[in-house]
Amino acid sequence: MIRAFLAGLAMALFTTGAAHAGSTLDAIKARDSLRCAVNTGLQGFAAPDSQGRWSGIDVDFCRALAAAILGDPAKVEFRPTNTQNRFTTLQTGEVDILSHNTTWSASRDSALGLVFAGILFYDGQGFMVPAALGVESARELDGATVCILPGTTTELNLADWFRANSMQFKPVVIGELSQILQAFFAGRCDVFTSDISGLASVRLGTDRPDDYVILPEAISKEPLGPAVRRDDWELFTIVRWILFGLLEAEEHGITSANVEQQRKESGSPSVQRMLGVTGDIGKGLGLDADWLVRVVGAVGNYGEMYERNIGPLGIPRGQNALWKDGGLMYSPPIR
Amino acid sequence: MNLRSERVRGWIWQVALLAAVAGLLAWLVGNTLENLAARGIQVGFGFLDQEAGFAISQTPVPYAPGDSYARALVIGLANTLIVSAIGIVAATLLGVVVGVARLAGNRLLAGLATAYVEAVRNVPLLLQLFVWYGILTEWLPPVRQAISLGGVVVMSQRGLRFAWPQAHAGWAVAGIALLVAIVLAFAWRYRAERRRDATGSAPPVLPVIAALLVALPLAAWWLAGAPMAIEYPVLRGFDHRGGIAMSPEFAALAIGLSTYTAGFIAEVVRAGLLSVDRGQVDAAKALGLSPGQRLRLVVMPQALRVIVPPLTNQYLNLTKNSSLAVAIGYPDLVSVANTTMNQTGQAIEAMAIVMAVYLTISLAIAAAMNLFEARTRLVER
Repeated sequence: MIRAFLAGLAMALFTTGAAHAGSTLDAIKARDSLRCAVNTGLQGFAAPDSQGRWSGIDVDFCRALAAAILGDPAKVEFRPTNTQNRFTTLQTGEVDILSHNTTWSASRDSALGLVFAGILFYDGQGFMVPAALGVESARELDGATVCILPGTTTELNLADWFRANSMQFKPVVIGELSQILQAFFAGRCDVFTSDISGLASVRLGTDRPDDYVILPEAISKEPLGPAVRRDDWELFTIVRWILFGLLEAEEHGITSANVEQQRKESGSPSVQRMLGVTGDIGKGLGLDADWLVRVVGAVGNYGEMYERNIGPLGIPRGQNALWKDGGLMYSPPIR
Repeated sequence: MNLRSERVRGWIWQVALLAAVAGLLAWLVGNTLENLAARGIQVGFGFLDQEAGFAISQTPVPYAPGDSYARALVIGLANTLIVSAIGIVAATLLGVVVGVARLAGNRLLAGLATAYVEAVRNVPLLLQLFVWYGILTEWLPPVRQAISLGGVVVMSQRGLRFAWPQAHAGWAVAGIALLVAIVLAFAWRYRAERRRDATGSAPPVLPVIAALLVALPLAAWWLAGAPMAIEYPVLRGFDHRGGIAMSPEFAALAIGLSTYTAGFIAEVVRAGLLSVDRGQVDAAKALGLSPGQRLRLVVMPQALRVIVPPLTNQYLNLTKNSSLAVAIGYPDLVSVANTTMNQTGQAIEAMAIVMAVYLTISLAIAAAMNLFEARTRLVER
């Protein structure tokens, strides 16, 4: 009995030592499923409907990734995380990718053991107040009570901005998005601060959106994008190029409706390279040749993803338009 | 070395087990460090000196977002200690009352107490905290329509505000005088008891103590300038200013923790009181002791022997349950450590600090209660 116990202990000691070796890409293929950490419920980014089907731009990105790696956009397991455990779920290996409308910042890129693979959505931090307060600018918020989520760049920017403008505020910090929104709508705080896209999403989710107004100031840059673990270079490269692939597809007019037709009939050399008709970009990335065909076939190009998810929030493309149209979305060439 | 000897074999097993445990620990630590290094996550406590950058809503000690993480954690610790201390005192008082009520002869009283205990013990604490927080933020009126009790107490969604005397040296002097008066009161009581043991007649105790506790601080306050200025809470801009504030988060946590733990303490007290032999009470009655003397001199000392060990348990539970504050926005140690962990990425160090602090607090409470318990034990030859 004791011998069996000791033998079991020895076995456990010697076999679990190798647990962290082996890339995530192999693990995804072996598991035949992609694990994606997403927001618990933010319309437009990641939110489950009443049947439990997830929708949103972050969700669509994970589906695009699954389509590229595994061939099927439905092979994704979504893990809802809050702002306090989203990084630890990625660090510990519980999920493969973090697609949680997370801001790319220097400290997150260096100290957390993660790297951000690109920018899915350019945004800024703003304030939302009840219209009844009669406040028209963020500079009138001295002494206000502000609802914030902990562990976000929002929290830090808020403190910095109020300090820089010599104003005081009282924070109300609650860990769950649904709880903090409940506190804000009950009137516990005067202001709710988050990324402007998040504010728009929350505002439209209420019964009376006109009772709330988003103040005009954007006090910071909040580029939102997906993140992977730092030692995961294969997955990092794939995620990065799927992001760029979505942009290139929009730039060249490839949509989910015409991608098959373009593959068969397009004479443009760049389109042929992108869609895998010529060249071996896919092989270099570790994917099949028709990776972009599958991606665009599953979620469309970036413009379609944007229209489907962010369009209903009423946020114009603005900074998120292609560089040709005056925005910031610019992809290196796929060749 | 005689392998047949049981003693020798025992030693060999112990050494082997110790080596196995030490080896497991060493492997765990080594594996963790290796994985952290592979991911590029820093190790070490150097992050404690960096600027925290986030604001905290309740700061018993002054704090600004420019202060270090170490200071932020100290604030969190102070908040935990405050809410735990208040919770322990309130839960004990409420628990004793409810426990005694359950044993009362009045059926309605006993029934109410039983209903309270059953309700509170069977619902998870987190849900109770949400309920209290919801009540305090949704039933109380918004700031602009705050309920004001004569301007002295103002109640709104943003919390309670009390009028408080403005800071003046006179109040500090009065406070010191009160402490001195308490010490003198104990001394007087001791002297009165010695006199009663020696001569049989005691000088008056209660009137003298009452006079001391009232007159000394009053005299000190008057001599130091009789400061009368009081700061009233006034609505200015977004919220009231002035006076002492109690946030709804703190109130919800304190009330929730107290009522929850009081249910358990009530049962512990009831068990203690039931454990005292009926014969003791009868004998006390036969001796002619009044009900108050009976409770104080006969029942409670014996009941305390049974009450104190599980009571220590409940105090420790309350202290650890205060970590649920993160769900309702009270910045206790776990909440601040969580934010620190997310901003710096150093999860293991932050969790180690939190565990060490809770361990220290729990050991301190247990040690204090053990000292108290030693005094309630039967003195045997």
